[in-house]
Amino acid sequence: MGRLVLAEGAEKFAPPGVKDFFLPPIFGDVTKPMVLMVLSVVIVSAFFLITSRNLKIVPTRWQFAAESVYDFGRNNIAREQIGSKDFKPFVPLILTLFTFVLVNNLYGIIPIIQFPTMARIGFPLALSLLVVYPVYHYVGFKRHGFVGYLKHATVPPGAPTAIYFLLTPIEFLQKFVLNPVTLAIRVFAAMFAGHLILLVFTLGGEYLLLHAAGPLKPVSIISWAFAIAMTFLEAFIQVLQAYIFALLSANYIGMALAEDH
Amino acid sequence: MVKSAAVLFLAEDTPSPVLPHIAEVILGLVAFLLLLFVISKFVSPKFEALYTERTAKIEGGIEKAEAAQKEAEAALVQYKAQLAEARAESARIRDDARAEAEQIKEELRAQAQEESARIVAQGQAQLEAQRAQIVAELRAELGRQAVELASRIVGESLEDEARRRGTVDRFLADLDSVSAPAKR
Repeated sequence: MGRLVLAEGAEKFAPPGVKDFFLPPIFGDVTKPMVLMVLSVVIVSAFFLITSRNLKIVPTRWQFAAESVYDFGRNNIAREQIGSKDFKPFVPLILTLFTFVLVNNLYGIIPIIQFPTMARIGFPLALSLLVVYPVYHYVGFKRHGFVGYLKHATVPPGAPTAIYFLLTPIEFLQKFVLNPVTLAIRVFAAMFAGHLILLVFTLGGEYLLLHAAGPLKPVSIISWAFAIAMTFLEAFIQVLQAYIFALLSANYIGMALAEDH
Repeated sequence: MVKSAAVLFLAEDTPSPVLPHIAEVILGLVAFLLLLFVISKFVSPKFEALYTERTAKIEGGIEKAEAAQKEAEAALVQYKAQLAEARAESARIRDDARAEAEQIKEELRAQAQEESARIVAQGQAQLEAQRAQIVAELRAELGRQAVELASRIVGESLEDEARRRGTVDRFLADLDSVSAPAKR
């Protein structure tokens, strides 16, 4: 009903949708997400290369910032999940996953850029299917041997024998099919939905102000207020999703390496 | 009109958001691997080296402090021992000195007593000798005087009362003058 009333204005309100995630190419076949993706590599590399240029025992302010990020990836994610015995070789991987996803997520609320790259399924899928998935299975096979790892992954000890008929297929499905897919979809869906919500409130407010009937125009203020509130929420979710992505990746590696379940 | 636009909008084949673009997958992978290379090659080793150095430094500092503490404790123990030793030494010296003083005092007292006894004995002997000498002298004098008196009495007139009284008086006076130096 409301939409009908609104639609009586000069222009019909077209709600934002999936099509807004398929931006026209900037030049050739290069689209905005692709440019942002490359930019994120430059940003993260520059940040760490510049701050780690001259490391000192007593950190300067920038070094302290870089160390905080590095420590977070190293101690809070990698060491916690993989264990202090094996985590060292995975620190660069986990740190890269965290910072890479973080920057690409944060694009969503940075003015002008305003597009979370991870809302394009191809990027998180590349990370989870082509990076995290092979890595944790590789280290698992290497640690436990082929049969050993299959047993380690699909037959968790301590259950009654009959349960294994049910448990083993579930474990197999989870370890070899679902984990990488859900890892990618989790961050993709969060970014996709978040961006869509921001679009709805922002474009809705704009439409209300420009095209709605006179008394309805002030409602745009509420719409924009919501857009701002949602932006804060999005900032939180974007950081959280980057953290979860890195955390789960480390968790999978840790589980594959664990001596016993 | 509205309906046809909506149909047109839906029909305008919007690609599915969950089907990945191969180009994006490849780009994402390449971008990630590039970043991973940079971080694992240039960033991580630096931070790890820094942490190792920092740990070493902190541990070294702690070790140094512990060594210093141990040294200070050893020195304190040594000083205390030395102090106790010095105290015992001084007490010993004081006791020795006191005993020595006591001994000296005792010796001096004995010596003085001996000396005084000796002096008293000497005085007594001297007195005895003097007395003996005086008695001898007096005895000789008395004899002489008695002889002289007798000769005077015999030689002079016994009737003359005045002269007799004078003679006796003179004798007594003589006797006095003789005994006067002996009294001294």
